[in-house]
Amino acid sequence: MNAFDLTKTPLREANAKLQSLPADTNEKVWHLNNLHGEHACAVGLTQPIEVHVNGHIGYYCAGMNQNATVIIHGQCGVGVAENMMSGEVRVKGTASSAAGATGQGGLLVIEGDAGTRCGISMKGIDIVVKGSVGAMSAFMAQSGSLVVCGDAGASLGDSIYEARLYVQGKVESLGSDCVEKKMTPHHLAKLERLLKKAGIEADPKKFRRFGSKRNLYNFHVDNVDAY
Amino acid sequence: MCGIVGLFLKNPALQAELGKHLETMLIGMTDRGPDSAGIAVYHSPVADKRCKLTLFNADTSYPWRALAGDLGTALNAEIDVEQRGNHVLLTATATETEVIRWLKAKHADVRIMGYGKLMEVYKDMGLPAEVAKKYGLAGMRGSHAIGHTRMATESAVTTEHSHPFTPAPDMCLVHNGSLSNHNNLRKWLRRHGQEFETDNDSEVAARYFAHRLAEGATLNEALEAGLADLDGFFTFTMGTKDGFAVLRDGIACKPAVLAENDDWVAMASEFRSLAYLPNVEKAKIWEPAPATVYSWSLH
Repeated sequence: MNAFDLTKTPLREANAKLQSLPADTNEKVWHLNNLHGEHACAVGLTQPIEVHVNGHIGYYCAGMNQNATVIIHGQCGVGVAENMMSGEVRVKGTASSAAGATGQGGLLVIEGDAGTRCGISMKGIDIVVKGSVGAMSAFMAQSGSLVVCGDAGASLGDSIYEARLYVQGKVESLGSDCVEKKMTPHHLAKLERLLKKAGIEADPKKFRRFGSKRNLYNFHVDNVDAY
Repeated sequence: MCGIVGLFLKNPALQAELGKHLETMLIGMTDRGPDSAGIAVYHSPVADKRCKLTLFNADTSYPWRALAGDLGTALNAEIDVEQRGNHVLLTATATETEVIRWLKAKHADVRIMGYGKLMEVYKDMGLPAEVAKKYGLAGMRGSHAIGHTRMATESAVTTEHSHPFTPAPDMCLVHNGSLSNHNNLRKWLRRHGQEFETDNDSEVAARYFAHRLAEGATLNEALEAGLADLDGFFTFTMGTKDGFAVLRDGIACKPAVLAENDDWVAMASEFRSLAYLPNVEKAKIWEPAPATVYSWSLH
């Protein structure tokens, strides 16, 4: 087992080692121990390795991830898995705001709750939250899926372009241009696959689907007087 | 940019460690505020008929003894002073109103950092570690404490505009953010008898809550009212003689993390400041929701 004690190895050095592993590395599993809320932990990974972040962690953990699986055994700060490209990031605790922000691909699983603006400007990432998400989640979401097993805070999906939002619990309010949509067998199957992939037990039939009304896509002629 | 921290002990057995833990929390916010730091600590209550004030003058050879003598004669009271750096802790067998009135009349060059029965307030320039050491924070016992670290981005590094703001006896507030309706609120508060010492927006928030509490609102009611009346960005942490509260605006873009277990409640701008608290790994940790009042009381 490969491990870094972050009280002995500077985080930058640990990150550099994980980032520079060759594609054919045999060192597939890594542990980061003795953490104290550091920022930018396990960021920019490109190889299909498994990294365990063993403690509570600061901002931007597992940002820009590609191919790697990062498991955070604790709570994480702002912007976990921000701009993730592929791979998987799993948070065992709760996540602060902007979880999965601008993510382009891969899977982010949050086993606790997520704060405000979860999935802000998401561009293809799949996010599955076992708990609830805060206000303004999926703000300006462009592509991908956000699955919320608990409740969603105010203004869900405000100014959404595309992206599929599935919520099992209550939705406090929908943001501008976000509407409830019919759950078709196609979407039900997609949701079932996502829940299964995330390893979260829930009945897809209990979820509601939300998405873009596409009214903000084009300029509306009634607004011409504003210019 | 700034960092804020607060620690409220639910378990009285931990009171001897209050200062030690707050020091670690404050140092954790060094990156967010290396220019100056301020602390308010609730400890060592004075006897019934006494009050205590934390006073400041930049000159470390300020004639505090002479001031104490004159004050004692004027009020026919016993006065004790204890100097720490450019601050002095003054206790008096008089009411705080009498002491403050005399100080304002006779020593306009002395700034009152805080007053009451419990609270002591120290604010100084330098790294949080230096400030904590200078005022002996690690040795302070008590029930709760609040701290602030500042990185000056627009105005000068002075103690005058530093947090915590202390608008009423045993009450303090730290603020990360900026208010947009502070001018109107300041006018409104002046009409209701609040006097201001700075043009700072955070002082407006502090006096707003002091005003609501003085009107008879509970801590929670005052904070709820603040959500309706204060416009802008804020993460507040507030201390009263027996209470501790956290409040964020409806957008909640100024960072905050809360942690709680059976022994304590802690707040910080970032988890880094909570990382060394006892048993933090098993505490409940979460980001406080927007426009939601979080408060705790000793009773």
